[in-house]
Amino acid sequence: MDGSVSASMGFTGAARGRARGASAVLWIALAIAFALSFLLGPANIAPGALLHGLMTGEGAAGVIAREIRLPRAGLALVVGAALGASGAALQGLFRNPLAEPGVTGVTSSAGLGAVIAIYFGLTAASVLALPAFAIAGALASAGLLYLLSRAGAGAMALVLAGVAIASLATALTALALSFAQNPYAMSDMVLWMMGSLKDRTLGDLAFAAPFTALGIALLLTASRGLDALTLGEEAARSLGIDVASVRGRVVVGVALATGAATAAAGAVSFVGMVVPHVLRRFYGYEPSRLILPSALGGAVLVSVADVAIRLVAPDGQLLLGVVTAMLGAPFFLWLIVRLRSEA
Amino acid sequence: MSAAVSFDRVAAGYGARCVLDGVDARLATGAVTGIVGPNGAGKTTLLRVALGLLAPSGGAVTILDRPLGEWSRGALSRTLAYLPQGAAAHWPLQARELVTLGRLPHRAPFAALGGADARAVETALARCDASAFATRRMDELSAGERARVLFARALATEAPILLADEPAAFLDPAHQLRLMDLLRQEAARGTAVAVTLHDLSLASRHCDEIVVLKEGRALGQGAPREALSDAALAGVFGIAAERGADGAVGAIRRL
Repeated sequence: MDGSVSASMGFTGAARGRARGASAVLWIALAIAFALSFLLGPANIAPGALLHGLMTGEGAAGVIAREIRLPRAGLALVVGAALGASGAALQGLFRNPLAEPGVTGVTSSAGLGAVIAIYFGLTAASVLALPAFAIAGALASAGLLYLLSRAGAGAMALVLAGVAIASLATALTALALSFAQNPYAMSDMVLWMMGSLKDRTLGDLAFAAPFTALGIALLLTASRGLDALTLGEEAARSLGIDVASVRGRVVVGVALATGAATAAAGAVSFVGMVVPHVLRRFYGYEPSRLILPSALGGAVLVSVADVAIRLVAPDGQLLLGVVTAMLGAPFFLWLIVRLRSEA
Repeated sequence: MSAAVSFDRVAAGYGARCVLDGVDARLATGAVTGIVGPNGAGKTTLLRVALGLLAPSGGAVTILDRPLGEWSRGALSRTLAYLPQGAAAHWPLQARELVTLGRLPHRAPFAALGGADARAVETALARCDASAFATRRMDELSAGERARVLFARALATEAPILLADEPAAFLDPAHQLRLMDLLRQEAARGTAVAVTLHDLSLASRHCDEIVVLKEGRALGQGAPREALSDAALAGVFGIAAERGADGAVGAIRRL
């Protein structure tokens, strides 16, 4: 008896050590990815000159460092963190490893909101219109999904509902762009559908970061409730959890983070699915333990993907969402096959 | 035996559908009260009302001498532990992680696990004979082992009242007996235990008191031999039973 308890305590220590090790790796990877993202670009400038430019803002290096590289590298972190944390929380809420902002149509709905705000001149009225509309779009779709899950839709039904929502939002985005009579409508639409971090400004970063932070903070307040939901709704309620409030915080938190990220970068899919799944190996299955690491992991994944894009296609023709989808879609199919074989 | 929970003429339902229609029942401290009845009789609903998960539409529920309405959500969650029907883990947590969820009612938001919490978790695991596989994941355990871990989760709350809904379903006979032993041990420690059961033989052998529900009404409460008399079995379930030497319900047949 004593032996088994102390042995198991040792195991718990090992599990904690594994989580710590994973966190250390994530932070180091994040630092490297951010540095690469900042240092790599079509303008071949020495790292020293770039850093000097970043500090002083002088000359071409200063402009490139402050106006181009910093927003791009910073947004990669913010967008990845938003999508990773949102994926972890949605998976916890729906108790379904397939849930994530892209597959559930939350990002495409946020993109629809952003397109409406931009192409109908609302951003001229208020700079907050862009994030506000994107967040509203995300909120509408996340809320709808939540209502469907309340109506008893199972895991696969939710995924199908997400596909329907995503298709509808994409179609409406195309519709909005055609009404906007914008000469660049078609090329812009591709940007919104696939997502890109190219040519972003510090302003984009300044809007995306606080909403994302707020969203992730809200998700963290729901994390205990998500753990309790592992036992089912009735048991969670019997443990004193206000399940309705947990759901509301997740829906709003995901909408804030994903909406703000999508307003800045367009719809980037699958980050929120891949990252929590990979990290469960190191952090365990409790939803509360996965939200922050998934934010970190998402930031690393999006930064690395964005660096890879610039290395593979320096002319800027490859979009971020294409890379994440090429990674994520096969993974999604594999997860479905695995879930079916378990069921 | 004093009543930890008493139901007085309790009515409850879902929308227009009335499920409980004036139920009187008591769950005694330090005893195992079996709640039996045909499907749809209102057994689960009775537990849900006591837990505050479903507001009664009539009558009064009293928990430890205070009306249910005066209890806060937090206090109630520390007082009543609930093992729902078909309890399952939606994520394959480690057994110990899962049992630790039973401490949520005692923990402030974002507070780390305290010494008392850790002790309660280990005690619950040990009582359910689950310490040996505490670090295994739920999807690596057998059905019987999983049932013990889920039961330990309910024990970890250290609530004075324990409500278990059909915990014996899906368990093989040896595990059913083991589960009833665990319920009896909890009652011996002073917990008021209520358990809904379909297996009348288990109920008659392992419960101190039996509440018989039929169509939303309590037909009576008493010692197993009285509550599960031949007349009650015929009237409520439409069955007759052979009896053991102790009068317990044995093999059954349809009337």
